[in-house]
Amino acid sequence: MPKDSGIGAPSKRREDVRFLTGAGNYTDDINVAGQKYVVFLRSSVAHGNLNKVDTAAAAAMPGVVHIFTGDDFAEIGGLPCGWQIHSRDGEPMAEPPHPVLARGKVRHVGDPIAAVVADSVEQARDAAEAIELDIEELPAVVDMTDAISGNAAQVHEEAPNNLCYDWGFVEENRDATMEAFEGAHHVTTLELINNRLVANPMEPRVCIGDFNAPSGESTLYTTSQNPHVIRLLMGAFVLGIPEHKLRVIAPDVGGGFGAKIYHYAEEALCTFAAKTLKMPVKWTCDRSEAFISDAQGRDHKTKIELALDADGKFLAIRTETLANMGAYLSTFAPAVPTWLHGTLMAGTYTTPLIYCNVKAVFTNTLPVDAYRGAGRPEATYQLERVIDVAAREMGIDPVEIRRRNFIPADAYPYQTPVAVAYDTGDYHGTMDKLVEVADFAGFSARREASKAKGKLRGLGICSYIEACGIAPSALVGQLGARAGLFESCTVRVNAAGGVVVMTGSHSHGQGHETTFPQVVSEMLGMPEEMIEIVHGDTGRGPMGMGTYGSRSIAVGGAAMVRATEKIIAKATRIAAHLMEASHEDVEFKDGMFSVAGTDKQVDFGSVALSAYVPHNYPLETLEPGLEETAFYDPSNFTYPAGAYACEVEVDEDTGVVEIASFAAADDFGNIINPMIVDGQVHGGIGQGIGQALLENCVYDESGQLASGSFMDYAMPRADDLPMYTVDHSSITPCTHNPLGVKGCGEAGAIGSPPAVINAVVDALQSGGHNVTHLDMPASPDRVWAAIQAAK
Amino acid sequence: MPTVSMTVNGKSVSGEVEGRTLLVQFLRDHLSLTGTHVGCDTGQCGACVVNVNGDSMKSCNMLAASADGAEVKTIEGMANDDGSLGVIQQAFQDNHGLQCGFCTPGMVMTADDLLARNPNPSEVEIREYLEGNLCRCTGYHNIVKSIQAASAAMTAGE
Ligand code: FES
Ligand code: FES
Repeated sequence: MPKDSGIGAPSKRREDVRFLTGAGNYTDDINVAGQKYVVFLRSSVAHGNLNKVDTAAAAAMPGVVHIFTGDDFAEIGGLPCGWQIHSRDGEPMAEPPHPVLARGKVRHVGDPIAAVVADSVEQARDAAEAIELDIEELPAVVDMTDAISGNAAQVHEEAPNNLCYDWGFVEENRDATMEAFEGAHHVTTLELINNRLVANPMEPRVCIGDFNAPSGESTLYTTSQNPHVIRLLMGAFVLGIPEHKLRVIAPDVGGGFGAKIYHYAEEALCTFAAKTLKMPVKWTCDRSEAFISDAQGRDHKTKIELALDADGKFLAIRTETLANMGAYLSTFAPAVPTWLHGTLMAGTYTTPLIYCNVKAVFTNTLPVDAYRGAGRPEATYQLERVIDVAAREMGIDPVEIRRRNFIPADAYPYQTPVAVAYDTGDYHGTMDKLVEVADFAGFSARREASKAKGKLRGLGICSYIEACGIAPSALVGQLGARAGLFESCTVRVNAAGGVVVMTGSHSHGQGHETTFPQVVSEMLGMPEEMIEIVHGDTGRGPMGMGTYGSRSIAVGGAAMVRATEKIIAKATRIAAHLMEASHEDVEFKDGMFSVAGTDKQVDFGSVALSAYVPHNYPLETLEPGLEETAFYDPSNFTYPAGAYACEVEVDEDTGVVEIASFAAADDFGNIINPMIVDGQVHGGIGQGIGQALLENCVYDESGQLASGSFMDYAMPRADDLPMYTVDHSSITPCTHNPLGVKGCGEAGAIGSPPAVINAVVDALQSGGHNVTHLDMPASPDRVWAAIQAAK
Repeated sequence: MPTVSMTVNGKSVSGEVEGRTLLVQFLRDHLSLTGTHVGCDTGQCGACVVNVNGDSMKSCNMLAASADGAEVKTIEGMANDDGSLGVIQQAFQDNHGLQCGFCTPGMVMTADDLLARNPNPSEVEIREYLEGNLCRCTGYHNIVKSIQAASAAMTAGE
């Protein structure tokens, strides 16, 4: 019988009730009395000298309160970058300024130039259109290879040749890696593109700035995955507002997927405007504006080479990657193609030598930063593609070649050659599970059945690993992070029962309001309904780092366990006093304290009450009250891993690819709520299939965004996707966090794109089309063209 | 400014609107019914779906003035009279058919419309009917399951 509450139970989500009745509280649902409306005037060209911004006529239009331009921010900081990378030569990356509003130059379509504050959105929009601009258009640079060719336009003076950094990893292994290629039995080389994506959470971004003049406190309501991070970055680095005078609230947030991690110009502008004008201001992004103002994802060009011996054992890997940063460095952008990417190049395999070179490049496009998986999907895609190509070249079965190279289950902890050390895992185990749940045995019959319908059927697999639970602060500090990546939690037990858990993690679809109480309920032996989660408000909880990198349960959950353990420790001492026993003799089980070997017992509620009504209480040794805070800093990343299988049917005549089935066998360590884990995997796979078959963010040569709406950017719809078979019964618990959990939010998006493309290539090969590779998205025109080219 | 009157979730309402005011703006800004969401500006996402005179409509694609005199139902009107979740809402909760909840009102309203027309839709029919509704969180699997479950519950309850 599955449990019906606590850890491991499929508890239904309590937050659903408000979302299902229209009672959610998203930022755009909030209106502050007297608020004005902000509309941004944005650059319509990708690159140009901004010679003049004349607001005089616009400022005189009806309803206009004020117009801000770049000059208003001349004395104020720009948007900071949170991670510094060093190049191979030891030099720090080029880090050009990122102004809140453009001054002197515009560098991408959508670069904000001015912000109009008016009584209504319509008035603000009309005035924005009336601002006179003199922009002298310059040639734009869009393609990364062009950008660093020496002949391209310069995006920033501070970044000669548009190079942000030239990173080598592991530099000490470079020569040995090159040597391994010299003597190798076989070398497989693959050039590929990891297509640029737009995260597109369904809720567009919104900011409301408010200012309380008597207290001098600024409040920002914003659609963020990490309100404390925004408070820190914006307060300390942009506006110079100390944290005790700045409150950031991220209420219900309609999805993030990375795009709502970063500190954006609109947040700084709205906070600044409210304080300057002493009135609340609200900005609501529409979807068209989101396409030209949200940070985008992926966009790597890679050449990967794999050296193998005669048995198909991997000897070495080397890669050369160009990674697009866009026009400015977004908050965590430099870390994505480096520490979140190079460190994953060992995958689930024992490859002894690995060398990655990554050149990060500025172009006149939107900034690029983390999108679900961030760096790890790029690593997994190239690795799992090149392995498939090598297997085909050498005539080895794709499952078999992976098995020959898996890190064996008895090799943990396993030190990879790319810095990270995996604490635990079992890749044969997840592959075994996959072979079973995806029914590999029945594939040839299914292929025949497809053939009878005139379709080519392909099977593609992938074995992925990711580094989650981001991250040990000391380690990431050495690697250039300008932030700690701990998490915090305060657990408050109230006098008359009921527990409030204030977490620094943020829920924007993950279901923390349900899963976090499951853990505390298990620990305190009280019903889940007695436990309430507070998050998303810097005014109500301790400093926390928020939700991304599948870190909430692994880091935030661990902080919550630590705080709850402190509660239990203190309550045990109070209980011992009440029972006139030594605290060493007191046991706590199922919500009841008892003295071993006696019938003395006292329940948790009575202990809580006496903590706040300390009449009979050890006041000389213990403070009253029952509230504890813990900050948890992980000692390692967690390493969820698994194996995915995709079957596709390809129509040779039209190039149309249909997903016939998709199966996932994951190892997430211990599971808090299996229903929610399934949902996270489904969503990730949906996005991964979207990347593989549909989504593509495209700029034309002049830097205009060609895919700037849902009409041109193909989001996966219900009839593009299948039902998924999801299994997470392979469990190797994480060894270094108290719950043994690894995190599950990004796995689907990491493991699915290579499985899909491997399946498409397999289908084409089965039809006699000698197609080695196909770039994503494998849209009908590309598949058809690949078939024709192979003729 | 013209006045529009309509019945929303069984209550008569009226308000003065500009000619260009969209139905979704009327619902959200004038009536404070913020359960209906706006996820795009090109009529592509379905976060704004409401029911107008028995048909599901994208309320971002319709002027408030064109709904004058209409019978409108929104997500706020989908619960049972005693406040408990209606059959479709309950099926979404039971089957984890939502994550961030932003697409959810549109999904529930579209499902309501589908099941009114076709009480026993196949998986393919459900997926096709959701063609105008985007969800970025769920990969649709559990939305489809929720609608199948609602269909089964409604059929069983007849
Ligand atoms: S808001 Fe997207 S279709 Fe109406
Ligand atoms: S639940 Fe988030 S968009 Fe559907």
